[in-house]
Amino acid sequence: MKHLRAINKKARRIDDAVTQMEEAIEAAAASGATPPEMEEDVVALQQAPRPHVPMGCTLSFSPGWEVDAGGGTAGLCQPVERDIYDCYVTCFWPVQVPDHVNYSPDWASNCATATKDWRNLDLVFP
Amino acid sequence: MNAVHTPTYRRAEYHGFNAGGSAFVYLVSAGAIFEIDEQVQDVLGRIGGQELSHAALVRELSNEGGDLSDAERLVRELRAAQLIHLGAAAPAPVPEAPPADFPLQALVLNITNQCNLACTYCYEFGADKIATPAGKPKYMTLETAKASVDLLIAEAAHRPSIHITFFGGETLMNFKLLRDVVNYANAATAAAFKGITYSLTTNATLLTPEIVAFLSDNRIGVTVSMDGPPELQDKHRVYKNGKGSYAVIEPRLRTLIAHHRTRAVTARVTLTEGVTDVVRIFRHLKDDLGFHEVGFAPVTTGETRTYSIDAEGMDSVLAQFNLLAQEWLEFALRGEVHGFTNVSETISELIAGVNKSHPCGAGMGLMGVSPSGDLSPCHRFTDADTHVMGHVSSGIDRAKQGDFLSRGHVGAKYDCQSCWARPLCAGGCHHEAFVRYGDTGHANLHYCDWIRQWTDTCLHIYGELAVKNPGFLERFAERKGLS
Repeated sequence: MKHLRAINKKARRIDDAVTQMEEAIEAAAASGATPPEMEEDVVALQQAPRPHVPMGCTLSFSPGWEVDAGGGTAGLCQPVERDIYDCYVTCFWPVQVPDHVNYSPDWASNCATATKDWRNLDLVFP
Repeated sequence: MNAVHTPTYRRAEYHGFNAGGSAFVYLVSAGAIFEIDEQVQDVLGRIGGQELSHAALVRELSNEGGDLSDAERLVRELRAAQLIHLGAAAPAPVPEAPPADFPLQALVLNITNQCNLACTYCYEFGADKIATPAGKPKYMTLETAKASVDLLIAEAAHRPSIHITFFGGETLMNFKLLRDVVNYANAATAAAFKGITYSLTTNATLLTPEIVAFLSDNRIGVTVSMDGPPELQDKHRVYKNGKGSYAVIEPRLRTLIAHHRTRAVTARVTLTEGVTDVVRIFRHLKDDLGFHEVGFAPVTTGETRTYSIDAEGMDSVLAQFNLLAQEWLEFALRGEVHGFTNVSETISELIAGVNKSHPCGAGMGLMGVSPSGDLSPCHRFTDADTHVMGHVSSGIDRAKQGDFLSRGHVGAKYDCQSCWARPLCAGGCHHEAFVRYGDTGHANLHYCDWIRQWTDTCLHIYGELAVKNPGFLERFAERKGLS
């Protein structure tokens, strides 16, 4: 490595691994191969680190989310309303809730506390 | 809706420090230490202050007059070493626990639970004791000791060498057994084609020239529990009638240090309220008495004992530790050995770059044996019914061992997950946690700040040596490997 100097045994092990990786890349470049993509703007669901998937999302299997053991919602490990913002702000999947970036930035402005104000959330007609 | 933002760079979990005119990072996920150049510092500074995608970061770096491919290479190196990463952090992997059949390496034989002193703070007899010795044997029998040695050899599996520590009570109150065990274990390990080393802890009151000769001849490392010059030693380390023990041990120590030629002789000091004059204690034990190494540890107590050290006392202790640490560094820069064990221990762990799953080897590579033959995680749990982990005749109780180890795993300690010192500390002493919080798996939150400051001090020493006298660290590592 050029910029990091390993000064203990663990660091030297990392150094060895990185150097091997570097050499493989240099060798590939010398033979005309494309260097590895470092942008990572498109990720697969199974890739690590995983993209954020809201808890209880219908795409993922999260037991104990939709109904509790008694079939109701009172005993859930998270209040049912919590998913609103997880879907609204952080989800990568462009359907379940309005788009807070482009079309509906004010969708949740009347909903200060999801557990109390969720009735103020309305449909949107783009 | 769509929240796939372009991922931006984040810094990995590390502790940065400067020493000897250079900058360093201690990488928490690995326990690795790197010296970093100015370009790396620049990158860490940039991505700490703003959200930068890969393209933006490379553009910024090359705008500063750098070459585009150099910038790419720099970023690639930092990513490969996992000092930075793109996008949300994957949770840092927890250090893997050793396999369930991890071979035993050492036993601490509590060859008697009796003692001729009555030190007021003793964890075995004092107010915070967890031992329940009523109705159990007071002295270990040769039969039990032999069974212990046999168990150790069998459970050590393919290890080339094993270790036995003799402990008490006052160990030398059962010296006859100690001698017999050494003879037996020497023969038994030779027959099993293994090496063996020994150590013992004593209060030094019963040392005689004959005993010293035996210890030296058999290369038995000796640790003396003592607290310092007369007025400090005699504060807590007293006979049952209250008489201090300094006058008794002084001539014996001089004999021991003069005639034990094969292993280092170490002093182990317990710091209590009023016994916090670390520098003076160190000078006395090292310079006046001639111990090779001197180590210190604050007493283990519940919160409210009169002899426990308050926060102010601990600050003073740390300040004095730092003074001695500075001295240790000056010695090391000259290539000399200083003898302040607390630094030496941490430095040797930093050399290896340990990343502990558990704070120590208790219940894993090391176990304690009570006089009755009960196994426990270590000598501090000896004779405690709550922590029996099998018996030397019937073997290790794997269920109890598994429970103890899963509680003690650093990954099970919530409070440790955001601490950069966890590769070395892993939550701290199981026994101390049990005394303080009633759970061996509880992080020792009362000394977190202390541990972090101390680790930082030792990292500074390490960094300065890596720059100015790296040869010392190499020699130190070799010597540690031998001891």
